[in-house]
Amino acid sequence: MDWVSIFNSGLQQLISPVTAAYAIAALGLAVHFGYTGLLNFGQAGFMLLGAYGYAIPAIMWNAPVVVSVLCGVGLSVVFALLLGIPTLRLRADYLAIVTIAAAEILRLIVTSTSMQDITGSANGLPSFQGPLLAMNPFPDGRYGFGPFVFDNREWFYLTIGWTVVALLALVNWLLMRSPWGRVLKGIREDEDAVRSLGKNVYAYKMQSLILGGVYGTLAGMLFVLPYAVVPSRFVTSLTFFTWAILLLGGAATIFGPILGSIIFWVVLAFFSTFMANASESGLLPFMSTVQAAQTSFILVGVVIMLLVIFRPQGILGNKKEMSFVK
Amino acid sequence: MTHAHIAARQAPVRRLLLALSAAVIAVFALSALPATAAHAAEEPCDGAYKLSGNVKFNNEPLEGVKIHAEGNGQKCDATTDAAGQWVIMVAEKGEYKVTLNQDSLPEGVIVADGQDTVSAEFGLTKTKAVNFFLGEGKRVTQDLGSQVLQRVWNGLSFGLLLALAAIGVSLIFGTTGLSNFAHAEMITFGALMSLTFGKILGLNLGVAILLALVLSAAFGWGLDAGLWKPLRKRGVGVVQLMIVSIGLSLALRYTFQFFYGGETLQLPGATDPNAVTIGPILTSWVAIVSMAVSVVMLLATAFFLLRTRIGKATRAVSDNPALASASGIDVDRVIRIVWVISGLLAGLAGILWAYFRPGASWDMGFQILLMVFAAVTLGGLGTAFGALVGSLIVGLFTELSTLVLPSDMKYVGALLILIVMLLVRPQGILGRKERIG
Repeated sequence: MDWVSIFNSGLQQLISPVTAAYAIAALGLAVHFGYTGLLNFGQAGFMLLGAYGYAIPAIMWNAPVVVSVLCGVGLSVVFALLLGIPTLRLRADYLAIVTIAAAEILRLIVTSTSMQDITGSANGLPSFQGPLLAMNPFPDGRYGFGPFVFDNREWFYLTIGWTVVALLALVNWLLMRSPWGRVLKGIREDEDAVRSLGKNVYAYKMQSLILGGVYGTLAGMLFVLPYAVVPSRFVTSLTFFTWAILLLGGAATIFGPILGSIIFWVVLAFFSTFMANASESGLLPFMSTVQAAQTSFILVGVVIMLLVIFRPQGILGNKKEMSFVK
Repeated sequence: MTHAHIAARQAPVRRLLLALSAAVIAVFALSALPATAAHAAEEPCDGAYKLSGNVKFNNEPLEGVKIHAEGNGQKCDATTDAAGQWVIMVAEKGEYKVTLNQDSLPEGVIVADGQDTVSAEFGLTKTKAVNFFLGEGKRVTQDLGSQVLQRVWNGLSFGLLLALAAIGVSLIFGTTGLSNFAHAEMITFGALMSLTFGKILGLNLGVAILLALVLSAAFGWGLDAGLWKPLRKRGVGVVQLMIVSIGLSLALRYTFQFFYGGETLQLPGATDPNAVTIGPILTSWVAIVSMAVSVVMLLATAFFLLRTRIGKATRAVSDNPALASASGIDVDRVIRIVWVISGLLAGLAGILWAYFRPGASWDMGFQILLMVFAAVTLGGLGTAFGALVGSLIVGLFTELSTLVLPSDMKYVGALLILIVMLLVRPQGILGRKERIG
């Protein structure tokens, strides 16, 4: 057993850009579910729009970073409107079914071979990071300390990622203690009561859907930065993992999504390297190395179930805040 | 209706139009992009790296088949020689898309599964072999009328198997309020069990399917007894239950992958070339038998719901559990029976789906789960017959949409009508209004 590599792979997840991306996606879901009570199961769709919306202008016209980001954000606003108009007046689970269906529609479209010239079909879009990397302030080479040794690109990505995490957590904190945020919480608790106060519940829900969706879009951009834009990364499991993170940390909290993402990825990386190592050194004679690595996904499913049943408020949450989940 | 009302009702419509036109403009702008913008100037077709292959059908080399390779700024063509060999030299290592021109194949031969384009990436060596799998079959050279008939037939076949799964989802939703995402795994379970008994243990296919169905029903029973009933007793809310079912779905799916691996395995008889033609429709005995089985099972379910005491009790619980309970119906027993029936029907749907695709794999149920949900929502959540109507519509729409959409986007059409349906008639075709608010 190589304990050093097992611990290192877990610790690296502590600050990896992917952890940051999931934290941002979960912050968006916190706006949707934790504060407004909307069941968005299409966060993968918002993330996909962010990734493609960012990469396509960057590849096709070498567009500046700002243009790419705005393109992704614009697409996700349109997407949120299209999702919200038919469903936000209906009962909560309709939004769940429509969002999950819409996210799959987007994935099927970008994977289609008829979109080859624009989205690169199943192979996706590699090397779109050019305009961003031109601004990389980190000097060339690999450096760091302890398990945190990365090259200059990765340092750049994770700096951006965690800066965005911090900014959005601040935005969430400011918004949710504002009058606007209190209306959202009111909608979460009792929609009819808020409507009777003269608030346009539909408009507030729509604003919440758009805001959380934009978070998802930004998460999608950061999610693909260290790799290529590949459509198979935006399957429904991506949404489910984000939900697991949200529920783990606490849905109606500011730091819950961030803490949830860190714990989720550190534990998952630790567990899967541990299982792979244990299997290689013959401790698990009844399973292959591939099988040993897959057990971590079974664990994710079981953790989601146990959390929702026994601690629906998550690690940081307050049980009273989750009384709306009926 | 007052003025204010009308204005309030028109505003979202206007917003919708705005959003739609914005989307249309975005799509238009994207499609107007020059297709070659991503490519660099073309380079000549020579270099140190060799893409090659051998085109054979039934061990006979095929001559004159056109091959096209594209990638890394190069576009090259080749034609197979008398030995069926072709070679394309390229300058760069990397990934290439190699396409076999189907029009250059002899009559009656096609590339299997429409995989006429494959991507090839060089490994450590300077050569890369690219192979195409050829099969017997007809390319779509039919006239529109028979194409439509063929698609309608396929659509009915798909719709009927969807209906088997959808009725279960709908009954569970009606009686317990749960949107059961783990239904996907109940579908997969049936197919994997018949694979286990019919192929791995080598039992007679009929016995294997029977065993698989019994186990599927037992699986439904076990899920209710072990998980859902205790949660109902705890008073866990429906949104929580839904998320629990998502967790269960993930856990079960990866458990299946753990035991059966990631590949697609064929059930006995799934790939037998037993083609049957009915008029212009090309089909197989497997398809005919599975449609007949679906119809019989659906009729049996309808009989159960409409004519038997326990079926009537099921509908009563679906309508109003409190009232049903007060009139002396044992609600928990009804729910238990619903889970057993749903498990059985989902298992059967899984077996038929494994023959329809064809192939059984760990995530096969999840691939049609959204179609099932679309069917249920379309027909009206919680109405068993709505689920049947919705399934047939989704099945037909999925297959007919391939007349205009590329075939890898056929599920897009079915999911889109779900969203359009919610815009115009949110309660579904047979649903009632009070369920949606």
